[in-house]
Amino acid sequence: MIDEQLQNAERLVPVPSVGRPEPRAEVSAPQKAAGIASEHAEAVLEARGLNVFYGHFQALRNVSIEVPGRDITAIIGPSGCGKSTFIRCFNRMNDTIAGFRAEGEVLFQNQSIYERRIDVVEVRRRIGMVFQKPNPFPKSIYENVAFGPRINGYEGRLDEIVERALHRAALWDEVKDKIRQNAFALSGGQQQRLCIARALAIEPEVILMDEPCSALDPVATLKIEDLMRELARDYTIVIVTHNMQQAARVSDWTAVMMMSEDRAGECIEFGATNEIFTNPKDKRTEDYITGRFG
Amino acid sequence: MTIAEPVFRRRLFLRRSTALGFSILCVAATLLAVVVLGILLVQVASKGLDRVSWDFINSFPSRKPEDAGIKAALWGTLWIMGITAIFAVPVGLGAAIYLEEYAPRNWLTRVIQVNISNLAGVPSVVYGLLGLAVFVRAMQLERSVLAGALTMALLVLPIIIIAAQEALRAVPNSIREAAYAVGASRSQMVFHQIVPAALPGVLTGVILALSRAIGETAPLITIGALLFVPFTPHGPLDKFTVLPIQIFNWTSRPQEAFQQNAAAGIIVLLAVLLTMNSIAIFLRNRFQANARG
Amino acid sequence: MTRTAFERQLLAVQEDMLVMAGMVETAIERGIEALKTRNVNLAQQIIEDDLKINRKRYETEDKCLELIATQQPLASDLRTIVSVLHITVDLERMGDHAEGIAKIALMLADEPPLKPYIDIPRMAQVGIEMLMGSLEAFKDRDPARARAICDQDDEVDALYEQVYRELLTFMINDPRTIQRATYLIWTAHNLERIADRVTNICERVIYLVEGHIEELNVSKY
Repeated sequence: MIDEQLQNAERLVPVPSVGRPEPRAEVSAPQKAAGIASEHAEAVLEARGLNVFYGHFQALRNVSIEVPGRDITAIIGPSGCGKSTFIRCFNRMNDTIAGFRAEGEVLFQNQSIYERRIDVVEVRRRIGMVFQKPNPFPKSIYENVAFGPRINGYEGRLDEIVERALHRAALWDEVKDKIRQNAFALSGGQQQRLCIARALAIEPEVILMDEPCSALDPVATLKIEDLMRELARDYTIVIVTHNMQQAARVSDWTAVMMMSEDRAGECIEFGATNEIFTNPKDKRTEDYITGRFG
Repeated sequence: MTIAEPVFRRRLFLRRSTALGFSILCVAATLLAVVVLGILLVQVASKGLDRVSWDFINSFPSRKPEDAGIKAALWGTLWIMGITAIFAVPVGLGAAIYLEEYAPRNWLTRVIQVNISNLAGVPSVVYGLLGLAVFVRAMQLERSVLAGALTMALLVLPIIIIAAQEALRAVPNSIREAAYAVGASRSQMVFHQIVPAALPGVLTGVILALSRAIGETAPLITIGALLFVPFTPHGPLDKFTVLPIQIFNWTSRPQEAFQQNAAAGIIVLLAVLLTMNSIAIFLRNRFQANARG
Repeated sequence: MTRTAFERQLLAVQEDMLVMAGMVETAIERGIEALKTRNVNLAQQIIEDDLKINRKRYETEDKCLELIATQQPLASDLRTIVSVLHITVDLERMGDHAEGIAKIALMLADEPPLKPYIDIPRMAQVGIEMLMGSLEAFKDRDPARARAICDQDDEVDALYEQVYRELLTFMINDPRTIQRATYLIWTAHNLERIADRVTNICERVIYLVEGHIEELNVSKY
């Protein structure tokens, strides 16, 4: 009967961690200024009062977000609000862009990663990234996955490392017979999983994903979402996505970003995913989520 | 707003005719080029094909046209091309890599860039004069293969740099980002990912450069390549001559037989050129196949 | 304003719910009327019309499901649709209770009334007031009004108790009145259940606006 199903749904709705295999305890998230203190999961990545400039243009204003460890945190918001800029601060990919300047703190395991003595290669080894359009190297599947470990001087047999990474990316069975073939022979969804395997091969602690499914068809997208949930057991995942249903399906925590009048991006709300999508606190979040704006 | 049927038909006919006319023009232009080239080749072949023989290739020049051969010039050309490539390719590729991947985008880099582009258009005889002053006199290399090769290297360097830069630029930025994201340093990214991916384009540039170099006569004459050389170079410091010069020498003799020799020499020159290009194209296709799968 | 089609559909679904509430209100009023005037035809009509109420509920439910499947509603839109789904269930049950009253009216039509009906119509009146009030609170998204309406349930409960005791007295004094008294107790019970259902609707209004369920009808017993 629909009543019973509804009543069951009612019990599910207030509980956080939509989409996780084991439901977790209720989390309350008090807000301080534009930032959030999450009381339960430990924060692995943190931005404190982050301001980002490209030359004179301010791209991010006073963003403070704590990313809990071994959970999936989604960052949503309309186009141009600075989501990609924000996520790329965590592995210092913005350094490659001319005119980039960051003020405030970005912390990884409670240590600032923008200090002078920090080795940016080390940061990128521990915080991996998967991009919007699958970008495998123009080499064989094997070479793609082996490149990271090889240049970082990993010990152990490269074959094993490659196989393990491809297993973890749920790609091994599909490519084990053609591992020396060029990566471009794979489909879009497979290429993206290859990129994930490439990121996993160097054993990061965090995986940043910048709209990883936006160039893929729905079936490939769902496969990658399943993969994300698997990976979240061992890795901290931060995903930027335009697709709100995906954010709702996949993530435990959601940060909502908006562009202010001067086009600087701000974080307007952060909380447990099911809270954000059933009962958001900020009216702008509500408007964005229900499609009344943006 | 719709278009009346007859108006539409008329416009469609005009469009189709214009398209057809344009295609015909393009085909005509192509045919023209091909036909002219064909005529040239046929002329040369008819004059010189009989003369090409193993003796011809293996003999030294002589006063008697029947005995004259192209051995010295052929070997000279091969030596020059080889040493030119050895100098020009690494330096050119290195410069291109620096300009594209390492140099900061400031006024100095722009000045360098503009200069390189200009150098590509400088007449080759100027390079000859430069080579004469620097390599032959100042470095005291005399009229050796080395001096000639260095001069030619300077000549083709801008071509290689520009082509290599284009090839490097054509590598999508997503590959650079991907390499950085797995923790590669800049040099690792450049040498393990960008350069291999750009190699087909670089090889194209090298083909272009060497094809240009093989036919250049003026600079080599200026630095003093000999006209009558009864020996092949044994080392980079030996004197030399090259195919274009030998051919030029023969064409300036009145005897008909020497004209034949010249035609035969041209055929040999073209054959060398073709072989070089084929090797480079083969290599390029090999690399492209690896990159594309 | 984007999503105009969705807006329209969302409003339509809420309109349907209000229409259904109107049908239920009519049924309750008529039921008491049939009881008081011993009008057999009216009672029959009410019983037939209950099918329409049920159908309306399933229609509304279908539309809600369609909205959920095709529009992926979130946040307050989602709570609105879930609320509509729940409220139509309550309304349908209320319709069944009204039908029950009509059936009792049929059964009592042959005999003279046991006593003048005062409390029972009063219960119905309060119940109807509460029903219409709760739907206005829904329309206006007014949680304060919803809470106030819940307090009125106490009045209905008190009336029920009164009716019960009174009828009990009748039954003790004269066993021949037992049948009629029992039917009347059932009638009062139906009306008390209707008022309870309205408090469910009020809880839904608060859920819709504030995003959480608050138990409003804690029994004093």
